[in-house]
Amino acid sequence: MRNLVPILTVLAAIVALWYAAVAPMNIRGALDVAERAGSDVVPAESRARFEQSIWRLMADNSEHIALGYSLDRPRLPTPVQVGAELWKTTGEMALRGRALSKRSLIYHGWITLQSTLWGFALGTVLGMAGAIAIVYSRVVNMSLMPWAIISQTVPIVALAPMIIVLSSQVGIEGRTVPKAIISAYLCYFPVLVGMVKGLRSPGAAQLDLLRTYSASGLQAFLKLRLPASMPYLFTSLKIGIAAALVGTIVGELPTGAISGLGARILIGDQFGTPLAIWAALFAAAILAGILVTLLDLMQRATLRRMGVQA
Amino acid sequence: MSWLIFALVFWIGAWALNAFLANSAWRTSLAVRVLIPVLFGVTLIVLWEGIVRGFGVSPVILPAPSTVAQTFVASTDILWEDFQQTVLKGALSGFVIGGLAAFAAAILIDRSAFLTRGLLPIGNFVAALPIVGIAPILVSWFGFDWHSKAAVVVVMVFFPILVNTVQGLRETDAMQRDLMRTYAASYFDTLLKLRLPAALPFVFNGLKIATTLALIGAIVAEYFGSPTRGMGFRISTGVGSLSIDLVWAEIAVSAMAGTAFYGLVAWFEKRVTFWHPSHRGH
Repeated sequence: MRNLVPILTVLAAIVALWYAAVAPMNIRGALDVAERAGSDVVPAESRARFEQSIWRLMADNSEHIALGYSLDRPRLPTPVQVGAELWKTTGEMALRGRALSKRSLIYHGWITLQSTLWGFALGTVLGMAGAIAIVYSRVVNMSLMPWAIISQTVPIVALAPMIIVLSSQVGIEGRTVPKAIISAYLCYFPVLVGMVKGLRSPGAAQLDLLRTYSASGLQAFLKLRLPASMPYLFTSLKIGIAAALVGTIVGELPTGAISGLGARILIGDQFGTPLAIWAALFAAAILAGILVTLLDLMQRATLRRMGVQA
Repeated sequence: MSWLIFALVFWIGAWALNAFLANSAWRTSLAVRVLIPVLFGVTLIVLWEGIVRGFGVSPVILPAPSTVAQTFVASTDILWEDFQQTVLKGALSGFVIGGLAAFAAAILIDRSAFLTRGLLPIGNFVAALPIVGIAPILVSWFGFDWHSKAAVVVVMVFFPILVNTVQGLRETDAMQRDLMRTYAASYFDTLLKLRLPAALPFVFNGLKIATTLALIGAIVAEYFGSPTRGMGFRISTGVGSLSIDLVWAEIAVSAMAGTAFYGLVAWFEKRVTFWHPSHRGH
């Protein structure tokens, strides 16, 4: 709560900057609209305007600047326009009982969320299994760890179209599976690194103590290493779920998907409707915020029950 | 069939050799530490080759590594052109601009404790967002050539570097800052001689995250429109025209570029932050 005032101040500054930027970004569009409405515009010809700098245009046509704040297809929409579009495609449709219509962002967000969660689950399982193998086997540690790092330096977007082609050739219907694979690829690494750190966090003295109790390897794992790794695990899960969402959206972007938030961005680009792109972007941001917040709450609850000092 | 058996035998043999090496007396030597992962990687490629040949997988679905290597050698001029367009012009220039901007912004923000408290949570949140989605907007703002790709990269790398640098600048403790004050050091002296060096491990952490993001941004932006060259362009058209071997060659280039880029930053980090505990004692 101590940070609330600074955060709000910075947010207000960002919104103010955004509003200030709308005028120069949209001046050309505003002048086109004004010209079509029959107003006087300097210079009068669209081609001549194209060669003028935007600052000059703004100085010469100051009475038309305001038009830039209410264009149908703005280069840069105002926050209010984005918010209105977001409400139109989510809340308003839900109120009319069409929350799952194909034009509603709730439906597309749901599609994206499904792949994200599948990818997150797959990536978490892979990451945890890999971490356990790395901690317990020296061979795996020495051969797998360098490749885990290298795998993250490979831009997954280059592979994404291939994964989608491959999975459709192998006979997997739909896009949920390839998208989940892409998000698992991005998501497993933070989990792996965090878990390796966590499983190795118990000191030699603690491990020795368990040995004096003649605890078996499994007991040492379940009663010492696993609980000790929980704070590390949750921190990396929060990074992992954000990465999984990025992976899903990357999987939806390049290859002609028709549903999902990434596909909305793609379709908005193809049909020249910037408002749809911005609304989908903000929906994705809100989704990311909700997912990370949920994991944060789970982390707090779990750690409190385990008696870990936050 | 013989290919499949060969691949399996190679796998078992390589695994046994790795297991032997990892538990042998030479396991701490540099040669073995390099050899083991290399052997692991080679095994994966041999398995891939064996499966493709053994099951007779169509090259339209998955070409064998040997086919990809042939295509790679045969089309180095195309690959080099794409590499220049995407990596050198798009990713690298965006990385440099975004990195410098983030660094400068971090130093300015750091002067105000109020701004730092407000910006860190927002920056952390934005760094976790799927910013790649902004690519079509920036492509429509800055045109099809590499400028729009660089712009996407700037936006993508800005926040991770900003957040890490701001966090790093807060790393010094009161004792160290007080010591600088007893030396009558000015703000800039303290910044240059104490706080920036202390922040370097964090800065490099941000830079390393940003290397991957830079390549992702540059390639994704090309899916939304580019001149008739570039890695993203070649991949998306290659998938459409079924020249899958060329696509895999591009993937190989992007993998090597990504690894080299990361390796370069990591090497630089080691040279600059040799004093940090994580780099001592090797």
